[in-house]
Amino acid sequence: MALDAKIPGGVLAEKWTQYKSTIPLVNPANKRSLEIIVVGSGLAGASAAASLAEMGYKVKVFCFQDSPRRAHSIAAQGGINAAKNYQNDGDSVYRLFYDTIKGGDYRAREANVHRLAEVSSGIIDQCVAQGVPFAREYGGLLSNRSFGGTQVQRTFYAAGQTGQQLLLGAYSALERQIGYGNVTMLSRHEMLDIVKIDGKARGIIARDLVTGELERHFGHAVLLCTGGYGNVFYLSTNAMGSNVTAAWKAHKRGAYFGNPCFTQIHPTCIPVSGDHQSKLTLMSESLRNDGRIWVPKNLNETRPALSIPEEERDYYLERRYPAFGNLVPRDVASRAAKERCDAGYGVGTSKMAVYLDYADAIQRYGKQEATKLGENGASEARIRELGVEVVKAKYGNLFDMYKQITGENPYEVPMRIYPAVHYTMGGLWVDYNLMTTVPGLYALGEANFSDHGANRLGASALMQGLADGYFVIPYTIGAYLSTEIRTKAIPTTHEAFEEAENNVKNTLDQMLNIKGTKPVDYFHKALGRIMWDECGMSRNEAGLKQAITDIRALKEEFWQNVRIPGTSDELNPELEKAGRVADFIELGELMCIDALSRNESCGGHFREEYQTEEGEALRDDDNYAFVSAWEYLGDAGYALHKEELIYENIKIAQRSYK
Amino acid sequence: MQLTIKVWRQKNNKTKGKFETHQLSNISPDMSFLEMIDVLNIQMIEAGQDPVAFDHDCREGICGTCSMYINGRPHGPHSGITTCLLHMRSFNDGDTIVIEPWRSAAFPVIKDLVVDRSAFDRIIAAGGFISVNTGNARDANSLPINKEDADASFAAAACIGCGACVAACPNGSAMLFTSANVTKLAKLPQGQPERYIRAKKMVEQMDKEGFGACSNHGACEVECPKEITLETIALMNRDYLTASLIENREG
Ligand SMILES: Cc1cc2nc3c(=O)[nH]c(=O)nc-3n(C[C@H](O)[C@H](O)[C@H](O)COP(=O)(O)OP(=O)(O)OC[C@H]3O[C@@H](n4cnc5c(N)ncnc54)[C@H](O)[C@@H]3O)c2cc1C
Ligand code: SF4
Ligand code: FES
Repeated sequence: MALDAKIPGGVLAEKWTQYKSTIPLVNPANKRSLEIIVVGSGLAGASAAASLAEMGYKVKVFCFQDSPRRAHSIAAQGGINAAKNYQNDGDSVYRLFYDTIKGGDYRAREANVHRLAEVSSGIIDQCVAQGVPFAREYGGLLSNRSFGGTQVQRTFYAAGQTGQQLLLGAYSALERQIGYGNVTMLSRHEMLDIVKIDGKARGIIARDLVTGELERHFGHAVLLCTGGYGNVFYLSTNAMGSNVTAAWKAHKRGAYFGNPCFTQIHPTCIPVSGDHQSKLTLMSESLRNDGRIWVPKNLNETRPALSIPEEERDYYLERRYPAFGNLVPRDVASRAAKERCDAGYGVGTSKMAVYLDYADAIQRYGKQEATKLGENGASEARIRELGVEVVKAKYGNLFDMYKQITGENPYEVPMRIYPAVHYTMGGLWVDYNLMTTVPGLYALGEANFSDHGANRLGASALMQGLADGYFVIPYTIGAYLSTEIRTKAIPTTHEAFEEAENNVKNTLDQMLNIKGTKPVDYFHKALGRIMWDECGMSRNEAGLKQAITDIRALKEEFWQNVRIPGTSDELNPELEKAGRVADFIELGELMCIDALSRNESCGGHFREEYQTEEGEALRDDDNYAFVSAWEYLGDAGYALHKEELIYENIKIAQRSYK
Repeated sequence: MQLTIKVWRQKNNKTKGKFETHQLSNISPDMSFLEMIDVLNIQMIEAGQDPVAFDHDCREGICGTCSMYINGRPHGPHSGITTCLLHMRSFNDGDTIVIEPWRSAAFPVIKDLVVDRSAFDRIIAAGGFISVNTGNARDANSLPINKEDADASFAAAACIGCGACVAACPNGSAMLFTSANVTKLAKLPQGQPERYIRAKKMVEQMDKEGFGACSNHGACEVECPKEITLETIALMNRDYLTASLIENREG
């Protein structure tokens, strides 16, 4: 099937406005008889479900947590971008668009990204109207900070809890519609298959996680808002339950998977402390605003950080990238940390960490405050005290979390950080309407591949999730549903539902019947190790080929030797995990295949064979300026389809942050 | 570290539960409390037993999913943190640790340490929102909000909906959760139009769900991992009263 991204014609800046006004509308009476299934209640799912229900559609929402408010979006820390230009520092829709395309290393679609930048402003307005308590200045206006890969201040935030506050806003809008009876909410439910009838998505099979019962649900359209798949690496900053299952089942039913190997390794996370590690914790990128990153200049340095004099410290980001310094994009910062640690300059017991130091910021803020307060002769101790207060107000919850986890006080000693898997730019391939290659099946938020190319800029995932849910899908879904007004609800006794339910049941039974010797976590950890070593921050041909062989062997072992206790008709967290890990194993193989097929370096995808003399990523625009969309062919493997990326407005260039 | 774990086991809400005792060795002080339970569960799976079901997700103190009563306190021995941020360095070699689910009539046990907190969602659905449809908003900076109010709203909005307040309360009251969610909107100008009716509807729903009455015991404030204060309860009580006065006047 040829890929059609359905990008509207016309001038870039007018595409969305023009297209929006030509999409067919569905009249209110018809909306009432159209049913939409939304899988996922994170920023993308909650905002879409609330908005669609407000418009009059009948909506059903699913999430696997015990409440929609607990979706992984809740954990986002640093902030959300919008081209408001409230700081009068030269920001504009075009600049946000440009920064995002460049940040994505020229592997994203121009039209989508421009639309994202256009609607960004409205997101902030909507959230404030809902009562989201963004940080404010004393004058009562909204406060902004900067994030990596940009030179303006366009990030809105609520301390280090931006995701929480945004999600609670979207959740309250969703709960309002639930209270009105416009949305049926099914928490503790996991979607395990898509039901297709005559080639169109017509419903899902979900498992009630408490009773274990399999349920059939019909929908005229199905929206997957199921988040990212970073947990394929076992250790990541994602919540424990984050998974690829919904997207993977859709893939197996015909939805192409876009750029699966594009994963983001975030530079500032708390390093691994031992084999028991179950997940990694992000230290928000916003910390790079004020913190300085360094390692010792001497190999085999043994002195503690505070005893290393200034001239013996290597602020390597400031040294290598003077224009952006500590605020280079994530992929660049992560690789630079890895380079220093691999060269033997790492710190801490594992030597796999670098310092993130707040001493200078505390001094600087302390002096500013003393001046503001008219305390001219303030003592060193007083300046420190004032400085610590400012840092506490800005980043207090992050510092506390660091202290809880490591047992060290980051106000006194520099934090130790190391890159960790954080986000997946890849995901289900979608067209401009956010529809996958299966008619009637949509993907929103982190679950789709759309806007971030090969590297996502900080504070733009929240923006994209809410843009998709509040401002894009409510319009674009009309293009499809306006053709569906004559379709009556299909009874779930239809054979396609029967087939899908049996498919799910058989898989669950098969897994439970293996009764092997190794717990699910064993397989998940083994997969994570392969992925991190061979398909992580740097990749090469031999490693990827080996990884593919190893993953196939692991898959075989899983299906022969996994041990899952309990049964399928009860709350069984091990069974849930097993299903997710089985899908991760298959996805892992596809990620390696994708990485192997892309013979260039771009953004988070760094192939050792393709780098500049200075060790920067070397793109190959002549041969790889396309989106890789993979089709599932069962035992025959995967077929690659290419969506050419055409840059009409931005001159494609070597990315430089020097 | 060597530990003795006494953990609550209950198959479902129709059967009675009981404590079960397990021995653990080789626990590192750098492990989180939930990683310690992971180790226990792996040990049980390998021994052919049914592992302990417990709720968790973010493991960084923000999603509000984790919910354990540890040695007689919700979220364990420290104030201001959730179970997932508790680390084993807070315990000593040889300790016995007792782990139970939240216990409250309005939070029935689903299995082992997993309880049903959906009553909280229904309290929000009853009124915990500002009625604004998508697309109805005006420019965000056209409504300046003084920093003090914004900060007060934010402090109340920090509630993660974990339910420790209910678990800590001898009456099983949900006043702290409900009032935090009333206060975060009552402190903002956008929240004013529906302020009193919101408080009334949320309190009525709370009562319907079977939570106990508040007797100003204060255990909720002590155990809340997000340090929500009793002042929010005072505010909610005032707003609820005002709502009744308005109703009487109009009625
Ligand atoms: C620690 C951390 C900090 C971050 N900070 C920032 C930041 O500061 N700024 C920023 O822009 N981005 C940030 N991000 C990224 C951002 O948070 C996510 O990309 C975004 O929130 C994803 O939202 P979503 O709605 O797509 O998915 P999610 O919020 O992950 O929601 C997924 C939903 O799908 C449901 N689900 C999944 N599978 C199934 C299934 N099979 N059946 C039923 N339900 C299912 C889940 O229950 C959940 O409701 C951060 C990410 C992390 C990990
Ligand atoms: S008020 Fe505190 S204890 Fe109660 S649900 Fe909210 S965060 Fe948890
Ligand atoms: S697991 Fe999210 S708060 Fe503990």
